[in-house]
Amino acid sequence: MDSWVVNAKNLSKVYKMGEVEVHALRGLSLKVKSGEVMAIMGPSGSGKSTLMNILGCLDRPTSGTYELDGEPVANLEDDQLADIRSRKVGFIFQTFNLLGRTSALDNVELPLRYAGATNGRRERARKALESVGLGDRLHHRPNELSGGQQQRVAIARALVNNPAIIMADEPTGNLDSQVGEDIINLLLGLNKEHGVTLIIVTHDPEIAARTNRIITIRDGHIDEKAKKINKAKSSQG
Amino acid sequence: MNISTSIFAALDSLTANKLRSGLTILGIVIGVGAVIAMLAIGRGAEASITGQIEGIGSNLLFVVRGGENPEVRNAKDLTLDDAEALRDVFQAPAVIGVAPMLEQGGVVSAQGESTNTSLYGVTADYEWVRNATLAEGEFINETHLLGRSAVAILGPAVADDLFGRHEGLVGETVRVNGQPFRVIGVTKEKGGSGFTNDDNRVLVPLTTAQTRLFERLAPNSVDMITVQALDSEAVPQASEEIAAILRARHRTDLGADDFTIFNQQDFLATASTITGVLTIFLGGIAAISLLVGGIGIMNIMLVSVIERTREIGLRKALGARRRDILIQFLAESSLLSLVGGILGIVLGWLIAIAVGAIAAASQADINPTISLDSILLATLFSMAVGLFFGLYPANRAASLEPVEALRYE
Repeated sequence: MDSWVVNAKNLSKVYKMGEVEVHALRGLSLKVKSGEVMAIMGPSGSGKSTLMNILGCLDRPTSGTYELDGEPVANLEDDQLADIRSRKVGFIFQTFNLLGRTSALDNVELPLRYAGATNGRRERARKALESVGLGDRLHHRPNELSGGQQQRVAIARALVNNPAIIMADEPTGNLDSQVGEDIINLLLGLNKEHGVTLIIVTHDPEIAARTNRIITIRDGHIDEKAKKINKAKSSQG
Repeated sequence: MNISTSIFAALDSLTANKLRSGLTILGIVIGVGAVIAMLAIGRGAEASITGQIEGIGSNLLFVVRGGENPEVRNAKDLTLDDAEALRDVFQAPAVIGVAPMLEQGGVVSAQGESTNTSLYGVTADYEWVRNATLAEGEFINETHLLGRSAVAILGPAVADDLFGRHEGLVGETVRVNGQPFRVIGVTKEKGGSGFTNDDNRVLVPLTTAQTRLFERLAPNSVDMITVQALDSEAVPQASEEIAAILRARHRTDLGADDFTIFNQQDFLATASTITGVLTIFLGGIAAISLLVGGIGIMNIMLVSVIERTREIGLRKALGARRRDILIQFLAESSLLSLVGGILGIVLGWLIAIAVGAIAAASQADINPTISLDSILLATLFSMAVGLFFGLYPANRAASLEPVEALRYE
């Protein structure tokens, strides 16, 4: 089937810490459909950050295959991965990671620059900011924006390239619950409106419960037991 | 990312840390300023020395005792008769003027003042061969020479020292090494420093100098014979003719000349070698400070890379390639060094002006000249310093792993 945005087979990742080999992922396979909203859960040290990095093309698996939006990316060079990231992946971080001293508009424009877009960059950045409700904050700098607004800028930045997939790593982790709720609503709304594929890494079961699908990582595997429970829960809800 | 956006981004991040950027730039400013100033002073000194030598006259030759070959011992003195022989129009058709002279330091005094100066014993031809133009009075003539007269022509500096003025002195009496001499003229002010100062001298008739002032073993000898050739083209020919005459008169073996003939070109070549070495030496010392400035840039860029590890990680996550990060940091280091270079040119220019003013105030004839090529050299060199010392930190930034960089606290 070609409609898989993420098609990863048998991913494993081994880190060498001096003499010791750490197996962060042990033969994990995962498929994500276009337009799906998926939550990745799991205790810390389970390998979910590693999975997130590999799915987001920040890192390469030690072995296994990974096709993102139909392109095999498991064995690409650094610059080729950077190219894939600029075209196909949007990132949202727990700590927003906006460039200080740089306006919201410029922050959102940055991925377009790296992708080499020449025409209408500013217009596209402005539209992305409007779509997250910040049309009146275009020229504000991050330190002039609230936490929720900063995360909205980050979402606009993730959206601006029309990526195949958006990776959100604890997007509400640094926000209070009301603002976090707004952010999740915004993300889900964008998914409904534009069909953006969304992968959210979270510890919060309430957020996870609002997604189409939850996978739980444990010791570098997808926890099958948890999978069934989650499936049962989501079919009830 | 195109170049102009990189430059603006670099400008933005440099202005974020104004003091730090300023201090880093200062290192380059001092380095480039020193290079520019030193090259300018070197050039000025060269121009001044060259100018003095050219002022001697391009058609002159100077004959002195002693050969270039160290094997030749017992070189014969040059004599007045040698000088006379050089006037032979048949043997030396390229020679139009001959001015033998003696030179010795001496004390001149008048009205209770006294000064140390150079005494020159000269003939009448000295006036036009060596351009010893008079401000007042008349030059030494044949009568003075024949009569071994006690007459003297003062340089204006000597006149100032003795009388406090250099006008209206004809007829005054001065004592040269204790003996009374009548002043018959004062030469025009020429200025000048370096090897010789034509203003600080006293001219007396050659015969007077030989018999009454200087104590020489060979009474007929002269220290130097200045020969004027027809024109500067005729200098090599005149040189050949002089050598032929003197070889015959001194009965020297072939290749064992006991005299040496210099001309202006020889002096110019020697002087430009010396000033060239001087300029390179000064410029080299200045270049060391530029190198230190470059290391300052490298240091600051390394700190900046570490501080901005997370930012670099983020940029990479957003799709920045190695090249993008490399260009970003190289743009910053080049901008630092370029701004430093431009300010350094201004500083060097100011130093050169200041040195010129100090030199003028102390009568030293050095006029520092800043040439376009030294400005280009300094600008290119400082850019190269920025690129070279920026390359390592930029490369470090560009090779950061995005995952590691994003996790960096």
